[in-house]
Formats: sequence, C-alpha cells, structure tokens
Amino acid sequence: MKKIEAIIRKSKFDEVVKALHDAEVYFFSYWDVTGVGNEKIGKVYRGISYSTKDIQRRYLSIIVSDSFVDATIDAIIKSGATGNVGDGKIFVLPCEEAYRIRTGEKGNKSFN
Amino acid sequence: MELLTTNNVWMMLCAALVFFMHLGFSFLEIGLTRQKNTINILFKNFFIITMGLIAYCLIGFNLMYPGDFNIIGNGILGFAGAGLDSATAADLGYNNGYTYWTDFLFQGMFAATAGTIISGAVAERIKINSFMLIVFIYITIVYPIVGSWQWGSGFLSTLTEKVGFYDFAGSTLVHSVGGWAALIIISLLGARKDKFDSSGNPVAIPGSNIPLSAAGVLILWLGWFGFNGGSVLSADPANTSLVLVTTCLAAAAGGIGASLLSTLLYKNLDITMFMNGILGGLVGITAGADQMGPTEAIIIGSIGGVIVVLGVAFLDKCKLDDPVGAIPVHLFAGIWGTLAVGIFGASAGFSQFMVQLASVGIVGLFCVICTLIITLIVKSVIGLRVSEQEEEQGLDLAEHGTKAYFSS
Repeated sequence: MKKIEAIIRKSKFDEVVKALHDAEVYFFSYWDVTGVGNEKIGKVYRGISYSTKDIQRRYLSIIVSDSFVDATIDAIIKSGATGNVGDGKIFVLPCEEAYRIRTGEKGNKSFN
Repeated sequence: MELLTTNNVWMMLCAALVFFMHLGFSFLEIGLTRQKNTINILFKNFFIITMGLIAYCLIGFNLMYPGDFNIIGNGILGFAGAGLDSATAADLGYNNGYTYWTDFLFQGMFAATAGTIISGAVAERIKINSFMLIVFIYITIVYPIVGSWQWGSGFLSTLTEKVGFYDFAGSTLVHSVGGWAALIIISLLGARKDKFDSSGNPVAIPGSNIPLSAAGVLILWLGWFGFNGGSVLSADPANTSLVLVTTCLAAAAGGIGASLLSTLLYKNLDITMFMNGILGGLVGITAGADQMGPTEAIIIGSIGGVIVVLGVAFLDKCKLDDPVGAIPVHLFAGIWGTLAVGIFGASAGFSQFMVQLASVGIVGLFCVICTLIITLIVKSVIGLRVSEQEEEQGLDLAEHGTKAYFSS
C-alpha cells in the first residue's frame, strides 16, 4: 500500500482525473493549495503595484495497492505535463494501514 | 389635491430609493475591506440607519428646518422643538409638493447617508462604541445645523444680497459634511496596521468581495435617482426628468473618466477605480443637477471621476488610510461639484463661484472644528482604536464575538 501525493496544475485536473480513471484508480481526495516558489505575479490594486509569490495548485492524495503504483504515477505524469516550469510534483509515501470505517475491513480490501 | 397626490407619491418613492442606498453603502464597504470585519461594517450601517432616523425625528428635523432662527439669529441656529409636530402635518402648510410626513422621511434618509460616508473611511480599525458615539452626535447636531444654513433658509441661502449659495441635492451639505468628518477622524485614528510598510510606502490591501462592491455601486447609482430626483421636491415633469438625465450622464462620465485616467497612470484596468469614478461623477453633479445640460453634466461627471483617482493617490501620499475611497468620492468630488455650479450651467458666473467657494470654506471649517472637538473628547474618554491584537484578529471576533461566514 502506498500513498501517492501529487501537486498539479488546476487547468490539468480534468485530464488527470480521466487518466487516473483509465488506469482504474477511481477514488481519491483533492484540495486546492497555495504555495510559494520562484514565480512572481505582478498585480495592481487601486493604483498600488504589488507582487505576490502565491502559486495556486491542486493537491491530490491517492491511496493505492502496490501493484497500482506505477500505473498511477505514469497516468499523472502523462496527463499532467505541459512541458513548462511549474507542472508540479509527485510524492510516493509508504502507507502502514487502511481501514474502511463502515465495515472495519482493512488493507487493500478497504479501498477497492 | 391631485397634483399634491402625484408629487407626494414621487417624493415617497424617492425616499425609498434613498433608503435603499444604505444597502449600497454597506455592500460597497464590505466588498472593499477584509472578510474579518464584515459583521462590524453591517453593525455600523444598521446603527446609522436606525439611530439616524430616530435622532432625526427627535431633534435633527426641527434643527434643520427650524422655520424661525430663534437661538442665534441671522439664519445661524434655530430649533423648532423636539419631536415631530402632528399639528403641522395636518395643515400641509410647509410645502405643497408633499406632506409633512414625506418631508421628514425623505430628509431623514438623507441625514443617515452622511453618517455612512464616515463609516467607510474609518473601517477595519475604529472601536465600535467610539464610532457610534461620534456619528450619533455628528448626525444629530452638526449635520442638521449645516443643513439649516441652506435648506432651512439660513444665512448661506442669502449669503450676498444678490446671490445665495446653491447646493441642489447636497454635494456640500450631505457629501462634504460626511467627507470632512471622515477626513478628520482618519487623521486622528491612523492608518490600518498593514497599510504602510516600514519605509512608509502604501501597501495594497485587496478587498474581499469585488462583486459585492459592484452591486453596491449600482445600487447607489439607482438610489441617486431618488437622491437627486427627489431633491426637485415635486414631481415637476421638466425638472425631474432633466435631473435624472444629468445625474445618469455624470455617473457614466465619472466612471469613464476614472477608468481612463487610472489605466493611463497605472497601466491596469482597475475595476474599483471605475466604480469609485461613477460615485465621484454622481457626487459631482449633485450640487447642480437641475442647473446643467447634458454636455455640462458629462464634463462635471468626468472631472469628478478624475478627481477620485487623483484623490486616492493623494491620500496614500499623505499617509492617510481610506479603505473605500470615501473621502475622494464624497469630499473632493463634493467640493468640485459645488464649485462647478459657479462654472457651468444656468447660474454660472464669478459672483456665484465666489459664493460657492466661500460656502465650501464656511461649511468645511465648521465641520472640521466640530469633528475635532467631538473626536478628541471621545478619544480621551474611551479611545478611538481597537488594540493591535484585536485589529489583527478582526473586529468581527474582537467586537462582536462572531464572524460573517461559516463553512458547513
């Protein structure tokens, strides 16, 4: 069991979801995140110029069984890339255990 | 009687439109400030419309329209007694355009708007109790006294033998009266904590909800149909229709003028400047809405919009913090509109211009002195500002123990 976390462009979200779906990964959580990096965006508000380093991205958190790890990573990389700086990152973490709250099932059975 | 009915219906409709402006002011202010101060802004605005009406009923109306200047003569100060007078209401003697009751309600709605102007400028850092106290005194006493000098047939209306002051719907008497108070109070109050960086440069504090501000501006524009349209004080077809045309043209020109200038200056299509410009155009035309033709209205409105953009930058230069641009809109454009009566339109002329200028000065001086006295007393007794910690936390939690939005 692994936890795959991916930071992707919001504009690529629909494509990534479809690619994951095609790789038979149906369930995951996501949320919108703000990060900082090298990118700077110039803005003007009521005549005052200012710049922010805020970068808006979407964060995916996916738990998969070991046999799905490569296909999942592959799907995200292929569907999430534009080739430009800022396409995002993928992190793979070990996941010690998973439970389904309704039945108490654990392990791979709990999320498939 | 038929004519009275028609006139009176129009005046009641206008009173309702001016009432609606309070929602416009609230929306504008909420949208241009941060989410953590929303309840506080609503509270201030509810206080102004409720307290304002009652105070105007008990004291303000009879201070503004005393009939006889029985305290200080020569049109300076009079008081016709506390409360509304049902006997006067019955004889309809005051004016044939509308009843006594309509007169009170229409003027009462006006009085409250002067307080709302202050609310926007001091947002996000003033103590709610201090604000309520200052505005209560100001609306109950200062605003009606200034109003009596002109609309109550006081000394401004006959300033010189030949020419009297002219302020059709209140560029000076309503907007500048609110604007002067706002200017003095923010000078004593200081800027919001994050408004200027350590080297004194202004920092942008973007508003939390620009669509809400946009709704506010359009509601205010709609309200101005009543604000200026009702100031004809009858449903006279020629005058009311002309006034609505000049009002709308000035609003449009104000928006365009502000938008063009801010785009030229800042290379950016700034919606908040566009919106403030519309309000600047509206305030600008208010003093002479019945004196101008369409061309003059467009000129006055566009200059009003330009003044707003320059005024916002000017306040930043002076290290003064006005989150919603109330002072550029209501004070700077208000002064412009008042002077414009002497430059354009039916009563233009040198002597009229000088009377307008003198009246701006007299009203300004009186408002500044009164605001200084009231604010300094309140400051020394209960203080003006919330603590730094409370300001950071937001006034909603610090002053009202709740917040405006909860996630489900």
